[in-house]
Amino acid sequence: MPQTITIPHVTRIEGHARVSIHLDDAGEVSGAQLHVTQIRGFEKFTEGRPYYEMPSITARICGICPVSHLLASVKACDAIMAVRIPPAAKLLRDLLHCAQFVQSHALSFFHLSAPDLLLGMDSDPAARNIAGLIEKHPQIARDGIALRRFGQQAIERMAGERVHPSWTVPGGVNKPLSSATRDAILSEIPVARSIARRTVKLIKSILDQFPEEIASFCNAPTMYAGLTSPAGELRWYDGILRFISQEGESLAAVEDPLDYANFIGEAAMPHSYLKAPYFKPRGFPAGEYRVGPMARLNVAASCGTPEADAELAEYRQRLGERPQSAFFYHYARLIECLHGVERMERLLDERRILDTHVRATAGVNEREGVGIIEAPRGVLIHHYQVDEHGAITWANLIVATGHNNLAMSRGVEQVARHFIHNGKVEEGMLNRVSALIRAYDPCLSCSTHALGQVPLAIDILRPDGVAVQTLTTGQAD
Amino acid sequence: MPNRISIRIDGELVQAERGQTIFEAAQANNRFIPGLCQFKGLSTVGACRLCVVEVQGVNRLLPSCTTPAQDGMAVITRSAKLNDYRRQALELLFAEKNHVCAVCVSNNHCELQAYAQRLGVTNVRYAYRYPRLKVDMSHPRFVIDHNRCVLCTRCVRVCNEVEGAYVWGVAGRGIGSRIACEMDRDWGKASACTNCGKCVQVCPTGALAEKGFAAEEMVKRQDLVERLATIRGTMNPGGSR
Repeated sequence: MPQTITIPHVTRIEGHARVSIHLDDAGEVSGAQLHVTQIRGFEKFTEGRPYYEMPSITARICGICPVSHLLASVKACDAIMAVRIPPAAKLLRDLLHCAQFVQSHALSFFHLSAPDLLLGMDSDPAARNIAGLIEKHPQIARDGIALRRFGQQAIERMAGERVHPSWTVPGGVNKPLSSATRDAILSEIPVARSIARRTVKLIKSILDQFPEEIASFCNAPTMYAGLTSPAGELRWYDGILRFISQEGESLAAVEDPLDYANFIGEAAMPHSYLKAPYFKPRGFPAGEYRVGPMARLNVAASCGTPEADAELAEYRQRLGERPQSAFFYHYARLIECLHGVERMERLLDERRILDTHVRATAGVNEREGVGIIEAPRGVLIHHYQVDEHGAITWANLIVATGHNNLAMSRGVEQVARHFIHNGKVEEGMLNRVSALIRAYDPCLSCSTHALGQVPLAIDILRPDGVAVQTLTTGQAD
Repeated sequence: MPNRISIRIDGELVQAERGQTIFEAAQANNRFIPGLCQFKGLSTVGACRLCVVEVQGVNRLLPSCTTPAQDGMAVITRSAKLNDYRRQALELLFAEKNHVCAVCVSNNHCELQAYAQRLGVTNVRYAYRYPRLKVDMSHPRFVIDHNRCVLCTRCVRVCNEVEGAYVWGVAGRGIGSRIACEMDRDWGKASACTNCGKCVQVCPTGALAEKGFAAEEMVKRQDLVERLATIRGTMNPGGSR
């Protein structure tokens, strides 16, 4: 009998999602959908607020990557003020962002995905979590916690608070870095670097245990988008937004942030609050592209730091010039983690990082501003329009997870087709659907501006839409 | 008539000057009474009701900022009943407008927030109204955000009594009351505003702030205005000193 499987709550992700898998009469998968089930509404309720309040308001979109929203927002505000921020402020923002990447990537890998990778996709769901990891692999769990703490502490040292700091302001940052803080962060770098190195080694050693997952996790060509320097080096804080094809052909290079709208369109999906951005010149849905760690490494020619570049060379040698399976997001994420630590050290050694001139001031000089940065999960765009006094009249936020929406939905279907046959559904299969979503490290609450509800659920539906089975991998609210 | 009077505050006999309000007498004797609308050197209006006290022989609570201290008076400034009333007053202020501390320019430097913390306001028992209110950004240097206004009218009084510009007033009635600029025009179009910024400095919350300040950055300089207000206040029949 045809049916639909529902995973009502995808667990170990940031935010809340639901998956519907449609089965035909023979019990084979006929389709699948990813639903993001809440709406947040930041774009609407910020209308009328002063533009310079936007960083602190939009930072509240997320507790995992508030720094990314802060930075995208202050960049959009810099554009409204039409100022070039002092060099030290740019270095400090970049440094803060690197610390955020390290802590967020550590969270994604160790706390959310490592239980699947190290304890097994089919292991007991009750122990398949960070607590189970601590029990089975205490050293790895300790590394994860230590690496995340390193990033969080660096943020706290620089910005005063770990979550939602008010240090980054339109025009720069509001306090210079002290030499004591610089030295304190520098002293922690060697340990962080050795953890990052160890972890890259770890992922390389377990990669061969997941041939089926590698083959079925969104393993299809797409376009990729990411920021790079003019020379093609990986960039997180500022750069040229490039789109490339699976074959590596350059499709677009957006140098002026305001031009993004010529290349990115947003489609509303009937079954989800998460919009689906697409590459405009190719139309919808052919313009599907991916962002995030793997996409960034596909777009960039190099990382620009020695150890990460050596790892990147090995990654490309092993997986090909532009790997396409979403499973490799984990691998790419850990190379980025290493790059983040290396880049932090490089930035801390910059001569101008201790400069005391860290803030430019100006009023409203432009009526429109766009800030584009790389959040840990991919390209993040804040776009504001203001009236002549600086009150927001319109805002658009395109959040990293949104860009991956089409690819995630397609990937869910691919995984379901691979693992579900004859209507037989096992928990391990559901976990693979969840694991695919986890590979993208989506931040769903960020991307729809949603209020809290539940983590992921899978619905199994008959062709007439009646739910036959609902499987929950998380707790209902 | 002697200038010194004796009153009992929380059971203790203290000296006060004739003409002082209970609030002033308590403050002179190092007793804490909360107050949002009271500002040293400005006239008193008794608007916020945070400074209510119990006076022996009076069967209702009296605002200490407007009640003169009388010889032989016995006043209670701290009790469970007062705490409850003061908390209710604060909760009503929070429920009335849109106070979101985390993103406010005055976060950590706000009198409303400080009193809420000091008086143990951990939740608000009334339904929030979430009114749609304007942010007037038309002034070149300052901004007024009605979402954060507690209608203490310090801005109105400092503008009238110290600066003498009479820019601010109160428009509307009851729950619809709001601070209005001149004949309800945009602040940027005010003809009398001298851009002195005294209203901004005396504002207890983030309702009046300097432009361009990000969250937590607005620290008010009240000492300067207080000094000006007390020097001028001696000549001003409206002032309490």
